[in-house]
Amino acid sequence: MTDQQRGPAGAIHDIGYRHYDGPRLGPAYIRRALFLETLRGAFGLGRSARSKVMPLLLLAVMVLPALVVTVVTSYIGFDTLPLGYTEYVVTLQVVVTVFLGAQSPVVMSRDLRFRVAPLYFSRPLSRSQYVQAKYAGMVAALVVLMGLPLTLLLAGALLSKLPLDEQLPDYLRAMAGVLVFAFVLAGIGLVIAALTPRRGVGVAAVVGVLLVLSGIQATVRALAGELGNDTFTGYAGLLSPYPLVDGVTAGVFGADSSFGEGPPGALGALVFTAVAVLLVVVCYVVLLARYRKALS
Amino acid sequence: MLIQTHDLTMQFGQVTAVSALSIDVSTGVTGLVGANGAGKSTLLKILLGLLPATKGSAHVLGLDVTTDGPAIRELVGYMPEHDCLPPDVSATEFVVHMGRMSGLPTTAARERAADILRHVGLYEERYRPMGGYSTGMRQRVKLAQALVHDPSLVLLDEPTNGLDPAGRDDMLALIQRIGTEFGISVIVTSHLLGELERVCDGLVVIDGGRLLRHSTTASVTAQTPMVTVEVDGEPTALQARLADAGVAARVDGKLLTVDVGDDTAYDLVRDVVAELDLGLVRLERQRHHMTEIFSSPGPRDD
Repeated sequence: MTDQQRGPAGAIHDIGYRHYDGPRLGPAYIRRALFLETLRGAFGLGRSARSKVMPLLLLAVMVLPALVVTVVTSYIGFDTLPLGYTEYVVTLQVVVTVFLGAQSPVVMSRDLRFRVAPLYFSRPLSRSQYVQAKYAGMVAALVVLMGLPLTLLLAGALLSKLPLDEQLPDYLRAMAGVLVFAFVLAGIGLVIAALTPRRGVGVAAVVGVLLVLSGIQATVRALAGELGNDTFTGYAGLLSPYPLVDGVTAGVFGADSSFGEGPPGALGALVFTAVAVLLVVVCYVVLLARYRKALS
Repeated sequence: MLIQTHDLTMQFGQVTAVSALSIDVSTGVTGLVGANGAGKSTLLKILLGLLPATKGSAHVLGLDVTTDGPAIRELVGYMPEHDCLPPDVSATEFVVHMGRMSGLPTTAARERAADILRHVGLYEERYRPMGGYSTGMRQRVKLAQALVHDPSLVLLDEPTNGLDPAGRDDMLALIQRIGTEFGISVIVTSHLLGELERVCDGLVVIDGGRLLRHSTTASVTAQTPMVTVEVDGEPTALQARLADAGVAARVDGKLLTVDVGDDTAYDLVRDVVAELDLGLVRLERQRHHMTEIFSSPGPRDD
């Protein structure tokens, strides 16, 4: 292949090779760049049009009820929002679960399935920094998914002339809850996705695991309710991530539980928080272990 | 010195992938040749600081692979043997991202990506998702991502794998340009000895993780005092005249292989061809093919 045979572009080709003598930024910059790339990728930005459909559709579905609630509130003139901040995510948990199922493999399994991971590890970034960037990217994507409608809800409430001092505390509680949701769900989603690199399997596995946990939780809760054991009913929430985080939001931040029975007392709040933190730590450690092996 | 290893050994359980390897590689294009499973890829991973060696030491660009892994990986590019391209992003997006992953600021990464994609010969198609690329184009993108951060050294693992003969030639020409025009040292692996001899300045042959041969291509191929002569007409008359003058020559089909002890033999060939009124088509210095290295192996004990 000579440049001449290449047609018009050959003229540009002849500039010759230019060396790069600009700055080479360190691992902190690279980790931040990977974090942003992960966040963008989770919504299909910078990918093909087909990759954008699913995440943006789910984001729209997530935001739509907030818009409807806002419009109805201002039109009819309710003095409280018909769908509260802290129950919003739990009410729409199916959407969050599907998003997590659809996008965790995009964030995590993709690099394994197409064997891109060795390219990262042949660069200055360490494996733990890679995992941190991916985890943080997924957390941020979930915060956007859940936080955006809540923020719209707050804006709508204020536009409907509902008093700020009544709205803000619940909004902040819900946003704190969103953060905990994002850490717990991202951890679960990424671990499952990292262990199931094959196409399609990851999606099914993430959604499946969350649905099964949710089912078990509901069954145990119903049984305990039948037996009239309120304490046990409360602790049943530990079995599934949604009531678990809802319990943390209720117990620690003082929101109303969306599952009827929250964690019983201060001890319950402590147990729920401890389990949530432990879950996040375990997920992180499992991810590190997954990438500790020489991948190539 | 570009790469220095001393007594480098890598064991995976019972399997010894690299065994007491001591080599010094200087700048330029160096071929790393060995059969499949000879330990080439393992050696590259050790040099990148990704695999800790069981025993021995290795230095790349003066940096110790065990302690300076990140610093080495900042200055070295790596093109893996396997496919490593996500299908749903364009080559431009991908190479820009990989540039940033090597620490380039975004604007610099964009410029470098555009430059390097042009150098590897990817034009309009670089804006399309890579899922639709041919093997040749994919190899070019893989090469581009290894070069995007302007490394001092690139490690290319089987870059001609899966390419047709024309694609191989393109890739080899590109590798040669990287070594000469770009001024980037290259370590290129292959299980085919023949294709590397055209582009490499030096050669390391390993087998079963052991060093078989370590030499510069020049020393292997340049010293042979043989010249191939192709003439328009029967070479036998030429052979006879050369033999009269005391120069041994061997007829090989339409070609004549001449032993040239010293430079006067060239003049003799020219004069005789002129006297016989034959058309001189070609007078080419004959190089030993590297394949002969394998037929005269060094010490081994298996």
